[in-house]
Amino acid sequence: MSDSHSNAAATLRRTGLYNTHLAHKARMVDFGGWEMPVQYSGLIDEHMAVRTGVGVFDVSHMGDIQLRGPNSLAAVQKLLMNDASRLQVGQAQYSAMLYPNGTFVDDVVLHKLSENDYLIVINAGTREKDVQWVRQTLGGMGGLHITDVSDYYTQIAIQGPKAMATLQKLTPVDLAPIKNYWFTWGQVCGLHNVLIARTGYTGEDGFEIYIPSDAATSARVWAEVLAAGEEFGILPCGLGARNTLRLESAMALYGHEISDKLNVWEANLGRYCKMDKGVDFVGREALRQVQERGGPSKRLVGLEMVERGIGRDGYPVLSLEGEPIGTITSGSPAPFVKKNIALAYVPMGFAEPGAEVAVEIRGQRVKAVVVATPFYKRPKPATDPALKR
Amino acid sequence: MSYPENYRYAKSHEWMLLEGDSATVGITDYAQESLGDIVFVELPKVGAEFEAGATFGSVESVKAVSDLYTPVGGTVTAVNSVLNDAPENLNKAANETWVIRLAAKGAPVEGLLSAAEYQKFVADESGH
Repeated sequence: MSDSHSNAAATLRRTGLYNTHLAHKARMVDFGGWEMPVQYSGLIDEHMAVRTGVGVFDVSHMGDIQLRGPNSLAAVQKLLMNDASRLQVGQAQYSAMLYPNGTFVDDVVLHKLSENDYLIVINAGTREKDVQWVRQTLGGMGGLHITDVSDYYTQIAIQGPKAMATLQKLTPVDLAPIKNYWFTWGQVCGLHNVLIARTGYTGEDGFEIYIPSDAATSARVWAEVLAAGEEFGILPCGLGARNTLRLESAMALYGHEISDKLNVWEANLGRYCKMDKGVDFVGREALRQVQERGGPSKRLVGLEMVERGIGRDGYPVLSLEGEPIGTITSGSPAPFVKKNIALAYVPMGFAEPGAEVAVEIRGQRVKAVVVATPFYKRPKPATDPALKR
Repeated sequence: MSYPENYRYAKSHEWMLLEGDSATVGITDYAQESLGDIVFVELPKVGAEFEAGATFGSVESVKAVSDLYTPVGGTVTAVNSVLNDAPENLNKAANETWVIRLAAKGAPVEGLLSAAEYQKFVADESGH
C-alpha cells in the first residue's frame, strides 16, 4: 500500500482554528498552501451530517478582497463577469474574474456591503495571484481602495438542513428572513457586527460567518457552534467532505473544473456571465468571438459510472471505441447519492445526457454515461421542515 | 490499533499469515485508519500468479487509491469476494478481514517486520 497524502510542512499557513483542529484529532493536509483539516471523524459521516443534519467547516483559508470608493461599482463591473449593478446592499452573487482570453483567474462570491463598498471572496490557493490581478487590472482607476482583508477574518461555514436552527441559538438576528445568497450583520456569540451570509459550498442550506481571526475568539465560537448543534448531531467537517459535497452539487473548483486553460462557455458557467450588462468586462471580447465562431468545442458535463469503478481526477475519458476524448476534472464516490460520479470535459458531440463513454481506470476501460447536473439537489425550502419556524 | 503477533508486516502496510505454503494477506489496522472510509476493493482472479512484492489489487477510500502488494509470490487460491459488497469490513476489522490467499512460492520480500517492529515503524512514519 502506498499513501498519496502529502504531509503538511512547517511553512504552511495556519488559520486561527489550527490548534482547535489538532485538539479534535483532525487529519491535516496541505491545501493551497494552508495546513487544513481534511477529515475529523470520517469523510462519509461528515458528508452525511451536512446532508441530513448540520456540519461546521473552517473556511478561513478563503481570501477576501475589499473594493471601496466612488468607482467601486465600475471596478467590479470591469473585473467580474456577472452583473453587479443588479446587486442590492446585503446581497451576494457568484461571479468570476477572467483573463482577456476569457479563461479564469478565479471564481468568486461578490458581496455588496454598502453603496461603494464590495467584498470579493476568493480561493485560498489563488490569493496572491488574485490580489495582484485586481491591482494590475484596476490600479489605474481613481476613487478606488483595494485592500486584501483575508487575514482579518476567521470564516466558519455552518451547513445543512439544521444549520439555521443551530446558528439561531447563537444570535439575536432573525435568520429566517435572510434569503439564499443574501447577508446581514449582527451579534453572534456576543461578538458585534458579524457578517452573517446565507451562502455555502455544499449544495445545502447554510450560513457563513466572518469573525475576528484571533485564535481565542475563533476557538470559542467554534466550540459554541458545536455545542449549539449537538442536538442535531453536528460534526466538524474537513475539506474531504467539503469536496464531495460540492461535487454532488456539481459546483466548480478552481484548478479542476476552471483554470486559466478553460473559458466560461466550456465550463458551462454562462448563466453567471452577463455579456449584455453594458460594460466591456475583462474577457468579454474573447468570449464574444468564441460565440461568433459557433461556441466552444468541448464542455463540462456530469458523468456517472455504469460499470464497477471510480473515475478520479485526471483519468482519461474515452469513446466506447477507446479513442481518448476528454479528461475527468473531479471524480469520487458520492456518499449521499451513492454513485460513482465525476465532472469531465468532453467534445460537444458527447455533451448531452445519455451519451455513453468510458473512463480509463488504471488501464481498464470502464463504462460511464453523461448525466444532467447537479447530481444532488436539496429538497425545495417549502418542503424542508428545517426552514419553517 | 492492534497488530497480531503471528502476522508478518510489510512496510507497504499489508499483513501476512504464513502457514506452511499457504499465505493469507490483508491490510493493516494502520493502513485502514490512514485511508479512512474504504469504498472499493479491486481483487485479482483466482489462479492469477504474482511475484513477491507485485501489485495484486487496490483499495480505494473516498479520497484516494492505494495499490496492494503481496509480501510473497505465488498463485492466488482464494479472494475475499465479500469485499466487493462490503469493503467497509476492512475499516471495521482489518486484522480479521483477509483479502487474498496464495499458494506461496519462493522467499517473501525482504524486510518483513514483526508486530513490534511494525508498530515502531508506523509510529515513526506518522510522526508520533
